[in-house]
Amino acid sequence: MNRATRIAALAALLVLLIVMPWIGIPLPPLFSEAMSAPGSLNLLALCFVFGALALSYDIIFGFAGLLSFGHALYFATGVYVTAIALTHWHCTLLQAIGITIVVALILPLVIGAVCLRVRDIQFAMVTLAFAQAGSILVMQNPFGLTGGEEGLALGPSALPAALVGVANTRNIYWIALAFLVLTCAIGVWSVNSAPGRVWQAIRENERRVAVLGLNPYLYKLGAFVLSSFLASMAGVVYMVIEGSASPDVTTASFTLVLLVMVVLGGVGTLWGAVLGGIVYEYLDFRLVVLANASGLQSLPAFLRVPLSEPLFILGVLFIILVLFVPGGLAGAVRRLNPALLSSGSH
Amino acid sequence: MSASPLLEVRDLHARIGQSHILHGVSFSVRSGGVTGLLGRNGVGKTTTLRGILGLTDRTGTIEMEGSPIGSLRTDAIIRRGIAYVPEDRDVFAGLTVEENLRLAERPDNELRYDLIYDLFPELKTRAKQRAGTLSGGQQQMVAIARALLNGGNRLLLVDEPTKGLSPLVVRNVVEALQRAAQVVTILLVEQNLSVAHKLARDAIVLDQGRVGYVGTVEELMGDPALARKHLGLTSAGTGH
Amino acid sequence: MSTVVLLLLTGLGLGALYFLIASGLSLIWGLMRVLNFAHGALFTIAAYVAWSAMQPLANGDPLVAWLVGLVVAIVTGGVCAMLLEVFLIRPLYARPIGQILVTVGVALAAVALIEGAYGSDPKQMILPPWMSASTHILGADLPNTRLLLIGVALAVLAALLLFLRRTRYGLVIRAGVENRAMVSALGINVERAFTVVFTIGGIAAGLAGFLAGTYFGYVDPTRGTSMLIFAFIVVVIGGLGSVTGSAIAAAVVAIVQQFLNFYAAPGVGDFSVVILLAAALLLRPRSGEST
Repeated sequence: MNRATRIAALAALLVLLIVMPWIGIPLPPLFSEAMSAPGSLNLLALCFVFGALALSYDIIFGFAGLLSFGHALYFATGVYVTAIALTHWHCTLLQAIGITIVVALILPLVIGAVCLRVRDIQFAMVTLAFAQAGSILVMQNPFGLTGGEEGLALGPSALPAALVGVANTRNIYWIALAFLVLTCAIGVWSVNSAPGRVWQAIRENERRVAVLGLNPYLYKLGAFVLSSFLASMAGVVYMVIEGSASPDVTTASFTLVLLVMVVLGGVGTLWGAVLGGIVYEYLDFRLVVLANASGLQSLPAFLRVPLSEPLFILGVLFIILVLFVPGGLAGAVRRLNPALLSSGSH
Repeated sequence: MSASPLLEVRDLHARIGQSHILHGVSFSVRSGGVTGLLGRNGVGKTTTLRGILGLTDRTGTIEMEGSPIGSLRTDAIIRRGIAYVPEDRDVFAGLTVEENLRLAERPDNELRYDLIYDLFPELKTRAKQRAGTLSGGQQQMVAIARALLNGGNRLLLVDEPTKGLSPLVVRNVVEALQRAAQVVTILLVEQNLSVAHKLARDAIVLDQGRVGYVGTVEELMGDPALARKHLGLTSAGTGH
Repeated sequence: MSTVVLLLLTGLGLGALYFLIASGLSLIWGLMRVLNFAHGALFTIAAYVAWSAMQPLANGDPLVAWLVGLVVAIVTGGVCAMLLEVFLIRPLYARPIGQILVTVGVALAAVALIEGAYGSDPKQMILPPWMSASTHILGADLPNTRLLLIGVALAVLAALLLFLRRTRYGLVIRAGVENRAMVSALGINVERAFTVVFTIGGIAAGLAGFLAGTYFGYVDPTRGTSMLIFAFIVVVIGGLGSVTGSAIAAAVVAIVQQFLNFYAAPGVGDFSVVILLAAALLLRPRSGEST
């Protein structure tokens, strides 16, 4: 498959996704309603957001080689800052997004500057520490802002009318799709840019980069900030889709799930991560339904129970992949069709 | 050579990270006495020793008394009777002298504590002292004793044992090694040519990851041009 | 005054729990350089298997049931840890990131399995009556479970120190924590020591899971994961591979946490010790870390 064909295929897929809300095709058992139904569109929108989120993680982990256990913090930042601005501070959506953009740039800059002073496992642990601190902070409901364990639900007038209501699900769907496309574009552009190549060089051999006269710290910080910023923006879109903020997105488990998504999809390929994110979110929603539909009910309990837990399947798949297929789904595909190279080497 | 060599290395290549350190090193070490592995800083002497033991990634053939040991794991290579006295001594600082020695004991080897305490009586008096609090020279003795105890009954790989030690201590270490050489073959890495001269007869000189010269230390010392070419020396002192 | 004493003693009780989880983690991290995220899973699995083992004995003597549970938890923890090390960790020695990832996978899968099999609601523990009672000490009423935990932790500490100082394996482990390559260079098979260390860690984690159930009165699927972060804090502050360090750090961290949670506001203590982790990682020189 040469480059032209690949671009044509992607373009066709994009067109199909854009017109999806007008296509009433049912696709059981993948979706319980027709593709144009709000339920299906909502699920797809969530999948797009997770695809973008996974891509953002691939940038620091797959390309810059930084294993962070605190990525969820930035996603949660996007979710919560926007929600707080919309409810407590009575901002318009644009104002809320503006505030979030500022926070989403400053927070990773400060935290990243601190965390990147150490490397490898210590770096991973420090990022985990900060994310945990954030999680605890959210649960404590300081000044009544975050809603603690119950989270924060948007009031009826918080969002513009075009984004509220079941009938407008298609608008949210298009926003999520546009966001995914934009994030992919930024992702591809950034890893192929000059700093992007330095990230990959750092991942291979940091000392070499320093010897060449470049400051690895600054480049790592750049990757960290970009990646975290994209995650925060994904959080904004997520919050708009869900209409609420919940502390589930602040947990360390959530970052670990992100890690699993990216590794499953294929580290360092961008499109692998997107695929991993989409598949994960889809399974998280549909697995129980699928399990029931496919007659898993007739299986003895010790088989049925694990198979209807998405995280169990994910965890086991992950273990198998790490042990036997280090390249993830993308790696497996690449092995089947060597001509289908990753986007990192356009 | 009348007997087959104790150790034979053929076409040894080794990399550290992206750097290609050894470019096909080949030499043999005869049984008995001390063979010097010489050369300037950075030519790959330590890497060669570590390569023999499998402590670093390498390719090539390594044979001990005719049988190949290159594909064995480090602890299996050790069990063939090779012991290692590393450059930084690498004694376990948090353990006592006694514990450092005990760690080196192996069930299939005779415990030569009498030999060791004979060579290094200080180790007996300082048995309960934490190795991290010993002086450099004392740590060197622990390292050599440990190697002898570890069943280095065929070959000792000794890496720059006199580095950073005062002249008096150097003399003690040299004496200890001379006595050890009576019971075991030693492959000695040294930059200090006068120390090498006192201890070693044969010399293998490495130059930028390859074997540059094979002969005796005597020849090397006696020919300034040779010394300068291979060791970068203007006189037979400590090389650079 | 009695409040201070109470906080101090309950802090020690919590610290005892932290120590039990952290001691194994510290040895595993220190010797094998593996960040074992599955430690929380070992904790949880052992607790639930023990709980299940206790149910048929619910109508008999609660002490007997409790003791059965204790033994089952210890054995489960040790066996699961050994299987984990042999089948999943050992094949990945050449890939340290792979090792961490595999423990992440196990952590996620194990907790999901438990939640699927038992549900997310907490399960009551069967406790002998004296454990639910309190003892009057130094002017404070201390729940007996705290005393039990402190006692067990001290016993485990003593056992571990004896093992490390007096046995051959202990010697190998202590040396290996300092310099793994040199231990190999002495002809010692370090990998066998890995399995021993991992199994010890599993036994301690199983013990911790069961005793946490005793301490809180119930078992639940997420306790292991939330305990893990505190275990990491204790290990980092106490020093990788140092059992005594873990003991002291566990006590300090738990006591600070208790005092701050009480005198400042709930959650401030938790927040502070997490920040303490970040500080320790950033300020401490790289004592024997990889590269």
